Amino acid sequence: MQHAHAIIIGAGALGSASAEMLARAGVGNITIVDRDYVEWSNLQRQQLYSEEDAKKKLPKAIAAKTRLEQLNSEIKINSIIADINGLNIEELLKDISVIIDATDNFETRLAVNDAAVKHNIPFIFGACVASYGLTFPIIPEKTPCLHCLLNHLPAEGMTCDTVGVISPIVQIIAAFQVTNVLQLLTGQELLPIIQSFDIWKNEKAEINIQGLKNNDCPTCGEQATFPYLSFENQTKADVLCGRDAIQLRPGTSRLIQLESLSEHLKGSVSHIVLNPYLLSCSFEEYRIVLFKDGRAIIHGTNEPSKARAIYNRIIQ
Amino acid sequence: MTIQLNGKKVNLPGEISSIRELLAFYKLENQILVVELNKEIAYKEQYSTQLLSDGDMVEIVHFVGGG
Repeated sequence: MQHAHAIIIGAGALGSASAEMLARAGVGNITIVDRDYVEWSNLQRQQLYSEEDAKKKLPKAIAAKTRLEQLNSEIKINSIIADINGLNIEELLKDISVIIDATDNFETRLAVNDAAVKHNIPFIFGACVASYGLTFPIIPEKTPCLHCLLNHLPAEGMTCDTVGVISPIVQIIAAFQVTNVLQLLTGQELLPIIQSFDIWKNEKAEINIQGLKNNDCPTCGEQATFPYLSFENQTKADVLCGRDAIQLRPGTSRLIQLESLSEHLKGSVSHIVLNPYLLSCSFEEYRIVLFKDGRAIIHGTNEPSKARAIYNRIIQ
Repeated sequence: MTIQLNGKKVNLPGEISSIRELLAFYKLENQILVVELNKEIAYKEQYSTQLLSDGDMVEIVHFVGGG
């Protein structure tokens, strides 16, 4: 275990929880990657951070490293402040033994999934919203990959930032992910089982997904092309000159049902305007205009990574 | 009809007879799902034709993206 190198993609709620467990367990090298900084609203669930971190608006990757080094000084923690996408993920995977999913959106997950399969590195999926979460292990060449299970990018307006998430479900999902990591690192075989939990309703489901492995999968099939690593499939950001706004164009087509999205967003955004062509709303200090094809204009910033973060906080 | 859904017994209204109708009843039809009927994966193409019977065991996992 001390020679293992785990990379955690995302240092939000799931990333904080699994990083702490892996550090205390003595995994020798831990890399933590995140694009965001600590905000007050994170403290309810993101266990590595303190009020001081939020006051200073510290990047999560930096605040996480400081805290993890206090917990275990005998391991090596690398922190990377970056917006992970299909073009930069591969360079981060050198000598990595296992990838822990702690991102907040499907686009990043599909890019990580492509890279994991391409470089034959186990990838432990985990996600949660509200009181519900799910997890399953992706073992290249053995189990189905994420792309086998998702044939398109979902566009559902339920994210931790719009609906919230309670910390106990984060702990459950991270606990299963970390258990999978410990099993892998001690040479145990992981079964292709997807599990979901709703801790509020006390519900649990468990399905063996081996039958969903798709031989024609563009990521893990016989003719793999790893589509989410290609330039064309990345979300492009254009700065709209003189308007303090960024236009985001998803690389893959992403048909958004504006009406149902507007229903989902009620309560978490304000000033919703819906017409047959677009949905416009206010979120924090930003004004967001979303088009049916997934395109969006984020007003109130001229930083592409900030615009992307806001987009993913509204749309998964 | 009574089925076991994610480990819990539920009574379904009489008009629900297929997996597709079950998913619509729980407003899950537009979600990314993995569905199992009596320990076998139910494939998307079969949701309309796969009929439910009393005592069936159904497991449904839906995807979310947060974290």
